[in-house]
Amino acid sequence: MDVLTLSRLQFAFTIAFHYIYPPLSIGLGVILVIMEGLYLKTRLPLYRQMAKFWVKIFALTFAMGVATGIVMEFEFGTNWATYSRYVGDVFGSALAAEGIFAFFLESGFLAVLLFGWDKVGPAMHFVSTLLVALGAMFSAIWIVVANSWMQTPAGFHVVGEGMKARAEITDFWAMVFNPSSMNRLSHVVLGAWQAGAFLVLSVSAYYLLKKRHIEFAKSSMKIGLVVAAAASILQLVTGHQSARIAGQYQPAKLAAFEGHYAENAPADAHLFGWVDEKNERVIGLKIPGFASWLLSNDAQRPVKGLRRFAPADRPPVNATFQFFHIMVAIGIFQILLSWLGLWCWRRGTLFQARGLLWIFVFSVLGPQIANQAGWFAAEAGRQPWIVYGLLRTSEGLSKTVTANMVLSSLIMFTFIYLLLFALFIFLLDRKIRGGPEEEEIPTEEYRRHPYAIRP
Amino acid sequence: MPFDLNSVWFALVGVLLIGYAILDGFDLGVGSLHLFSKTDEERRLLLNAIGPVWDGNEVWLVTAGGALFAAFPDVYATVFSGFYLAFMMLLAALIFRAVAIEFRSKMPQKIWRACWDVSFSASSILCSLLIGVALGNIARGIPLTAEKEYAGSFLDLLNPYALLVGLTTAALLMMHGSIYLVLKTENPLHDKIRVWVQRTMIAFIVLYALTTMATLVYVPHMAEPFKRRPIFFALPILGLLAIANVPREIHHGHDFRAFVSSCAAIAALLALFGVGLYPNLVLSRPDPQYSLTIYNAASSAKTLSIMLAIALIGMPLVIGYTITIYWIFRGKVKLDRTSY
Repeated sequence: MDVLTLSRLQFAFTIAFHYIYPPLSIGLGVILVIMEGLYLKTRLPLYRQMAKFWVKIFALTFAMGVATGIVMEFEFGTNWATYSRYVGDVFGSALAAEGIFAFFLESGFLAVLLFGWDKVGPAMHFVSTLLVALGAMFSAIWIVVANSWMQTPAGFHVVGEGMKARAEITDFWAMVFNPSSMNRLSHVVLGAWQAGAFLVLSVSAYYLLKKRHIEFAKSSMKIGLVVAAAASILQLVTGHQSARIAGQYQPAKLAAFEGHYAENAPADAHLFGWVDEKNERVIGLKIPGFASWLLSNDAQRPVKGLRRFAPADRPPVNATFQFFHIMVAIGIFQILLSWLGLWCWRRGTLFQARGLLWIFVFSVLGPQIANQAGWFAAEAGRQPWIVYGLLRTSEGLSKTVTANMVLSSLIMFTFIYLLLFALFIFLLDRKIRGGPEEEEIPTEEYRRHPYAIRP
Repeated sequence: MPFDLNSVWFALVGVLLIGYAILDGFDLGVGSLHLFSKTDEERRLLLNAIGPVWDGNEVWLVTAGGALFAAFPDVYATVFSGFYLAFMMLLAALIFRAVAIEFRSKMPQKIWRACWDVSFSASSILCSLLIGVALGNIARGIPLTAEKEYAGSFLDLLNPYALLVGLTTAALLMMHGSIYLVLKTENPLHDKIRVWVQRTMIAFIVLYALTTMATLVYVPHMAEPFKRRPIFFALPILGLLAIANVPREIHHGHDFRAFVSSCAAIAALLALFGVGLYPNLVLSRPDPQYSLTIYNAASSAKTLSIMLAIALIGMPLVIGYTITIYWIFRGKVKLDRTSY
C-alpha cells in the first residue's frame, strides 16, 4: 500500500478509536451534573451513590480519551505535514484554544471529582463536576470548529502560490462561525449526550433485569431516559439542518448521501440501497423527491447531482451513502426507543417491561455506531478534499514520511489499541458487575455533614 | 531581542514548555523511579502522590503542541514529520503511562500490578529520554532542505550529543520527581526518598557538567548569545544556585522550598536553551540558511495577535485552576478508598 492509503487508514483508525470515548465523557458529564445537582438539592444518599458510581465509569472513559487523544494532536504534524503548513494559521489557533480553554479545565477538576469527595464540600464538588462537564463540552466546540472549517472554509484568504500557498485568517469570528460549525457542533454534542444517556440506560436495565441495585437502577434509568429522549428528538432537528447546509455548501457530499447522480432532477431519499457507482444508479427502496422536499420543502426542486462533478472530484459514493443511512436509521430507532420508554414510564410499566429492558441493554451500541457512521459519512463525503475545494487529501501528506514508517506505526497502534480496548471492556464490565457501593444508613451526624463520613 | 509578536510567541511557547517540564517533569521523574520502591503500599503512595495532578500536567504538552501548530506551523510540520518514528515512540510511551496509572490498582493480582508497574516506569523513562534527545537535536541542529523538510534519518537523531542531553534530562526529572516525593511523603518512606534525592542529584550534576562541556566544544553556536550579551550569564548562575540550594533546604527540612528551587532550576535551564536558540526554532546543520526561525516559520501577524488575545484570556484561568487544584490536594499523600 502507498503512503497515502496507509496514512488515511491510520488516521481513520486512530480517530475512530479515540471517538469511542469523548462522547461518553461529554454525555456522562451532563448526567453527572444532573445527579449531583439532585443530591445537592435533596441530600438523598441515593443520588450521591449514583454520582459516585458514574464518576468511576466517567473516569475510565476519560482516561481512555486522554490516552488516545494526544495521538490525534500529533498526527496532523507527523502524517499530514503539508496540510499542517497549509492550514496552521487557521486550524492551529482552534487547536490551541482547545488546549487552553477545555483540556486544562476538565483534567484539572476531574481530580476533585475523583479524589475530592472528602477534601471539598458538596457544593464545591458539584461545581467541579459542572466545570468538568463544561470543559468536555468546550473541547467539542473547538475541534468541531476546526473540522467544520475544513468542510466549509470561511474567514481566510490564500497567500502565496504553488508549494508556498497557505490559508491565513482574515476574520477570526467568520472562521469560528463558518457556515457549518454551529450546526455541526450541536449535532456532535447531542450525539455525545445520546452516547452517555444510552450507556446509563443500558447498565440500569441490566441491573433491573438481574434484580440488583433496584432503587439505584430505577433512578439512574429515569435520568438516562430523559436525556436520551430529549437528545434523540433534538438530533432530528440538527441532522436535518446539517443536510441542508451540506446541500448548500458541499453539494457533492449531499449528492453522495443519497447517491444522486442526475444533473438537474429532484433527489430521492432512500430507506436503504446500494450504489452501483459504475452505472451511476442506486438499487434500493426510495421515496421519490423526498430528499428535495427535505432540502427545500419542494419535492420537484432539482438538486445538484454527482454528474456535475468530474469523477476525480467525487467522494466515494457508496461508502458515503451507507454510512449516512446507517446513521439515520439508528437515529430514528433511538427516537422511537427512548420515547417508547418515556411512554412506558408514564404508564408505570417501564421497570417490568423485560423485552424493552433487554433492548435497552444493547441500545448502548446504537449511539456508538451512529456517531462513528456519522463521522465517516462526513469525512468520506468531503473527499477528495482535505480542505473542501482548496486542498486535496493526497496533497496534504508529509513529504519525509515513507510507507514503511507509516506501516510500522499503524501496526503499533493496532496492537496497542486492541490491547487497550480489551482492557477497557474488561474493566468496564468489572465495574458494572461490581455495582455501586452501598451507602450507609444516614445517621444524625451524616445528615449534618454528609461528606464527612465514608460510606 | 526586539519586542515583536514573533518574539512574544517564542517566549510563550517557551513558557508552556517550561510549565510542562516543571509539572509533568515531576510525574515523569516519579514514574522513572517507580521500580525503586519495593512494597505495594509504597508504590501506591508514589502513584497517588501524582494521582490527582498528572493528567492536568500533561495538558501543558498538548497546549504547547497546539500553540506551536498555531504560531509556528512550519516548525510543527517539519519536526513532527521529520522525527516521525521518535514521535510515535513518544506517543506509545505517553499512552502506556496514562493507562498504567489508571489501570494498575484496579485489580489486586500481583502479576497485573507488576506488569503495569514496569510499563509505568519504562514509559516514563522513555518519555524523559525522548524529550531530552529531541531538545539535544534541536540545539545541535538537524539537516534541513530549502523546502523546510528534514533531510536526515531516525538514526541521525541518536547522535552522542543528543543522547547525552537525553540522559541529562532523565536525571534532572528523576531528581525533580524525588524532590516532589519528599514533599508529599512522610515517615520512613520520606527518609528513604531523601537518599534518592542525593543520588539523582549527583547523577544530574555529573551529566550536566558533561553536557555543558560537550555544548561548548561541539555546539558552540548555543553559547554565542552569551558572548554577545553577558547579562544572560545570570541564567546559568541562577540555575546552579537553585540546584545548590536544594540539598540545603532538604537538610533543614524545608521540603517545599527545595521543590521551588528545583522548579527554578528547570526554568533557568530551559530559558538558557531558549536564549541559545533565539531567534531560531530549528537550526539547520550543515546549511544554517535553511534554519526555521521565528520569522520564516511563523503564522501571519493577524493570527499571532488573535492567539495572543486567547493566551491573555486563557492563561490566567489556567494558572487559577492549577493553583486551586494543587491547593485542594496539598499536604502529604494518604491512601483512601478513592486512591489509585
